Amino acid sequence: MLLRLAPAATLAVLAGPVVLGLAFTLLPAFGFLPALGGATFSLDGWRMLFAAPGFASALALTFGTGLATTLLALILAAGLCAAAAHRPGMARLRRLIMPLLASPPSGVALGFAFLAMPSGWLVRLLSPWATGWQVPPAEPVTVGDPLGASLVAALLLKEVPYLALMLFAASATVPVERLTAAARALGRGQATAWATVVFPQLYRQVRLPVFAVLAFSMSVVDVAIIVGPGNPPPLAVLATRWFKGYDLALYYPAAAAATLQFLLVVLAILLWLACERPIAALHRRWLARGSRSRAPGAAAEVAGALAGLLIVLGLLSLLAMLVWSFAGSWRFPAALPDHWQLALWRDEAGGAAALAGTSAGIGLAAVAIALVLTLACLENEQRHGLHPGVAVLWLIYLPLIVPQIAFLFGVQVLLIHAGLDGTPAAVVWAHLVFVLPFVFLSLADAYRALDPRYAMTAAAMGAGRWRVFLVVKLPLLARPILVAAAVGFAVSIAQYLPTLFAGAGRVATLTTEAVTLSSGGDRRILGLVAVLQTALPLAAYGLALAVPFLVFRRFRGMA
Amino acid sequence: MSGDPAAAGALVLAGVSIASRDGRNLVDRLDLTVLPGMVATVMGPSGIGKSTLLAYVAGFIDRRAFAAEGQVMIGHERIDAQPAEARHVGILFQDPVLFPHLSVAGNLLFGLPRGRWRSRAERRGKVSEALEQAGLAGFEDRDPATLSGGQKARVSLLRTLLAEPRALLLDEPFGKLDAALRADIRAFVFAHARERGLPALLVTHDAEDAEAAGGPVVALAGPGVRLPSG
Repeated sequence: MLLRLAPAATLAVLAGPVVLGLAFTLLPAFGFLPALGGATFSLDGWRMLFAAPGFASALALTFGTGLATTLLALILAAGLCAAAAHRPGMARLRRLIMPLLASPPSGVALGFAFLAMPSGWLVRLLSPWATGWQVPPAEPVTVGDPLGASLVAALLLKEVPYLALMLFAASATVPVERLTAAARALGRGQATAWATVVFPQLYRQVRLPVFAVLAFSMSVVDVAIIVGPGNPPPLAVLATRWFKGYDLALYYPAAAAATLQFLLVVLAILLWLACERPIAALHRRWLARGSRSRAPGAAAEVAGALAGLLIVLGLLSLLAMLVWSFAGSWRFPAALPDHWQLALWRDEAGGAAALAGTSAGIGLAAVAIALVLTLACLENEQRHGLHPGVAVLWLIYLPLIVPQIAFLFGVQVLLIHAGLDGTPAAVVWAHLVFVLPFVFLSLADAYRALDPRYAMTAAAMGAGRWRVFLVVKLPLLARPILVAAAVGFAVSIAQYLPTLFAGAGRVATLTTEAVTLSSGGDRRILGLVAVLQTALPLAAYGLALAVPFLVFRRFRGMA
Repeated sequence: MSGDPAAAGALVLAGVSIASRDGRNLVDRLDLTVLPGMVATVMGPSGIGKSTLLAYVAGFIDRRAFAAEGQVMIGHERIDAQPAEARHVGILFQDPVLFPHLSVAGNLLFGLPRGRWRSRAERRGKVSEALEQAGLAGFEDRDPATLSGGQKARVSLLRTLLAEPRALLLDEPFGKLDAALRADIRAFVFAHARERGLPALLVTHDAEDAEAAGGPVVALAGPGVRLPSG
């Protein structure tokens, strides 16, 4: 009976905060915020927003970096998959992108900042023998450049692996080998065949993930604080600054900025959709002409090579933070520290353990709730023979497509009303909104694909539905369930804004600490925090793979 | 066999009709009585609805894809409204569908009724006895993935029988076995069904299976058509 309520409960968890949060962000944007005495309609918030210095640049920056990141991420991820489709060496990259998928965007951004800054690792590796520099150059500005190029680069380190993973997953549902073989028989090269025949079919399936990337890149706050331009910053950072400030009058323009952020993302998605049709038509015309041009193949090869380079950069970023956390003195332009030390890990152990403990506790709680809801929904679906449609999929993606800033402020307003802001429960709930979609999406296919004859055989032997669920389905799905849990855990560790808002600034996690320290903190402590940020989710992935392997090692059929 | 067949625990289908929701009639008012110890066969090419008929009898039919009606009885008890787990109708599929996360003994213990054999030793004893009789002595702790095709098929049947079904449904269980093994396993399954006096309903597209079964044969010829024979 309780099971029948699962879809409604899940929907309430997902859509409730988004819809209510949007509403309670929209109201202050138009002057209504009873807690501060705002009780009449007013456009002052919007006026203040439009009059803010650098507003126009902030707007252009938000649009430009978001669209550039999404377009480049899609092209590079496609290049990676095209290359992996016919090169076993590239297929091995799938394992190498694991650490990048697991680490929080803020952790990757911190590492990238050290890699790319004028006194960073890349310059050090080339100095002084190639550059002649004995001191870090003042020009050009690489991190925090006004055009947001470093922001785009840092985002790509996370988004290319993500979209590549989505494309890999979609590849399993398309007869990739037969399609490329057919196209090759018609005289197309391997990469050209993939780019022109396989990719269009995969694209349809990764459209929602692409929109999630678009929304995320346009409205990301933590990465933008770390490597983005500061003056003016992108819109979401501007709104966060105003919300976090002590000047309550700034709540109104902040709410207006958050609302505008939402509209921008909607606009960008509509723009993207509008471009799809003419591009698809051009593609069909190109195919119909029977062109044997090698250009698409060449482009795919270049994109694949660039994506490979990007992954190397990403892994170097993670390594850089590890090196810093053990560095003693490290002068420019030495490529490695002059001295190594363990003192930092010893001295900071207490504080680091507390941060890691809080982060892991929130993550585990959110994952546990997400797993129960997800399993209940999927089991309910099977018991009643339901086949959820596209609308349900959109609902699941809702929290990933509506910008966080656009509804988290409203959520905080509600939490304050309920006297719940700053409590662990509020933070767990805020994380759950983002953990649940990922847990659901990564488990649903495996759950639905389990051979129904296992459950039928068990039922025919007299096993009731709960016994079938507990003794047959759960063990058979142990691996995908644990992997989904690890994905959810990694998502929780990465959350910055939800922790900041629902925690009312009083709940410190590894990620909030990393962002706080990023402006001028000790690089070694920063390294330590970033290493832990990556280590926790990686450990979760490791456990998710190791536990079923150990438990079922006797059984070859479970491999 | 004399007197009321139902009283002896026959499997009775009365007026069973199945239509897919897209309007195709798969089974039209089928009446069939399978006496205990008898193997009845439903024949027809694949995609004709044979498996769907078994799914209806076993209680797994997808009500969103098919409209099905008609009585299914074991003895005098009507079972078509009961949930699958309450029907005590064993089913064998084309694959052995052994639980890959349980040992051979674990698979066999799964269905062993809890009410009848309570102690662990008694339950293990029952399983070992069944394995021994099937020529699989000492297989208790084996990983099912390491068994040969024939061994898997035997374990699968043993598992179904240990759950003490009142009827047996066979969904082309010999279809994937090679020719030599096929006759062997077929004889093994039919012998067990007869020995226990179980009514068995076999669906197949292989005439040899039907012949070996030796019971009545119903041919599902196509949408809306039914040719009784045999």
